[in-house]
Amino acid sequence: MATIEARGLRKTFGTTVALDGINLHVEEGRILGIIGPNGAGKTTALNAILGLTSYEGELKVLGRDPWTSRDELMRDVSFIADVAVLPRWIRVSQLLDYVAGVHPRFDRAKAENFLARTTIKRTSKVRELSKGMVAQLHLAIVMAIDARLLVLDEPTLGLDILYRKQFYDSLLNDYFDRSRTILVTTHQVEEVQDVLTDLMFIDRGRIVLECSMEEFDSRYLEVMVNPEHLSAARALKPMYERPVFGRSVLLFDRVDRGQLETMGEVRRPSIADLFVAVMSPHSQNVAVSGSARREEPAGQANQIGAAK
Amino acid sequence: MSSSETVPESAGISDLDKRPTTPQPFYWSVCREVWENRSIYVAPILVAIVVLFGFLVSTIGLPERRREVLLLDSAKARAAIEVPYNMAAIMLILTAFVVGVFYCLDALYGERRDRSILFWKSLPVSDSTTLLSKATIPLVVLPLVTFAIVVATQFVMMLWTSVLLISHGMSPASTWTYVPLFRNSFILLYGLAAIALWHAPIYGWALLISGWARRATFLWAVLPFLAVAFFEKITFGTSHFASMLKDRLMGFAPEAFAFQMHSIDCPQLTPLKYLSTPGLWLGLLFAAAFVFAAIRLRRYRGPL
Repeated sequence: MATIEARGLRKTFGTTVALDGINLHVEEGRILGIIGPNGAGKTTALNAILGLTSYEGELKVLGRDPWTSRDELMRDVSFIADVAVLPRWIRVSQLLDYVAGVHPRFDRAKAENFLARTTIKRTSKVRELSKGMVAQLHLAIVMAIDARLLVLDEPTLGLDILYRKQFYDSLLNDYFDRSRTILVTTHQVEEVQDVLTDLMFIDRGRIVLECSMEEFDSRYLEVMVNPEHLSAARALKPMYERPVFGRSVLLFDRVDRGQLETMGEVRRPSIADLFVAVMSPHSQNVAVSGSARREEPAGQANQIGAAK
Repeated sequence: MSSSETVPESAGISDLDKRPTTPQPFYWSVCREVWENRSIYVAPILVAIVVLFGFLVSTIGLPERRREVLLLDSAKARAAIEVPYNMAAIMLILTAFVVGVFYCLDALYGERRDRSILFWKSLPVSDSTTLLSKATIPLVVLPLVTFAIVVATQFVMMLWTSVLLISHGMSPASTWTYVPLFRNSFILLYGLAAIALWHAPIYGWALLISGWARRATFLWAVLPFLAVAFFEKITFGTSHFASMLKDRLMGFAPEAFAFQMHSIDCPQLTPLKYLSTPGLWLGLLFAAAFVFAAIRLRRYRGPL
């Protein structure tokens, strides 16, 4: 059974289409990053998965319908929205009491262990903690819950770089294993690049790219082209071209590495580079879509990358 | 709370033993409401302190007055001695009502305003459990808190009176016979239950508005009723709606008690009459409908 299975997932707010028929298939043990511009529908998609919003289409999370059985689903699903959702009036000790009292899979000792590594006092109220400490507290609670799916919606928003690094390190070292699945949206893509196993770009309610990170590494190459090879490189139909220090950096999809190496310095692009390439207006005619993974998104032009 | 902190950490204990056996979402949700809304007990305690202070000031010259009161016939003497005790109880019951209404108006609004609804909804607690735990506060917790504080306040008042009388060489017996604490406590408990049930639709309505309104919950909850009452008065010159509202606020009294000579002292309890009042059951029906609607509504609600 897939952790998340969605077919034709659609959500509209009045005349605004937030999700335009998304197909999603996430297997157990994956860490999927959902990247997209503001208003692309990321949070709406997560909310549908968490049972926080109604939707059209089919959606099963761990075999359940999230909208009708949110409370049962939450035994197996944990969720961190941005850092500001812990109630500000609550004391740390009360928070632990409460979660221990209502959650069948919460291991209080484990949470206490995580907290012991921080400077958070049991007697403090959440409003007295810094933003980074609140994130640590929420993470300590979530990591002590033996959940099968963890959903993170901009979990590190507004945190300084040390806390952000620590956040993902803890998640990978102390929490993640192959029986869990993590779904994360973030704008800080450079930090999750080495964390993710799968990548998805979403724009205006549609999936515009989905691939595994192995696929990402083998498909996309960036070349800083030597000026004399520029026209030859352009003939290979790059997805995107940008100037860097007076030279051109071209991003290619599925072009032979050996061939590219003759034209300049070849390197692995960052997720941010690919994101810009896919989202920028010039590249709209080269809509990209993963082929190695599952069904094609409904009603979407499925050209596979430009180059052969 | 301290009990759950003594989790055994010895290595031989399996993971299963470390976890609480059965979750108790309802119990902990009620606890959570009390943690968040300290006004549930702070407000009545503050009012009790003010009442006690007022009583303290009013007891200047009490021994002389008590001598005069004891010259009256016993019914009048009792009435005179009991007045401050009844006043204290009424003040605290009124406080509980005000706290209850404002608690309900914020119960589902506050969690949306501060976005914590996203955290509460990330836990395996159903909307029904959440709503029922919130409705428990004005219907059960506040009456019990009020009961405890009224009894404690009255006890302190009686002790102080006794000390004062004894220090003036008088017997404190008049206070203890005319203010029967045990009987009064029983009447109080009955009265609190009757009032809570009678006011249940008010609390239910406040909860529903609190889950629905995007701002100004108090105005949304109150203005429609005032508007209808004004409309009726202006258009038809009648005030049936207004008297219906008044009945919902005060109507429990003539049904649950039988008073003598328009006095609130020494009422007879009439539980059977109260339980056969259609207004009670109609009110409870409305309360149930409001709470049910609020449960359904919370599913659709996110942060404001």
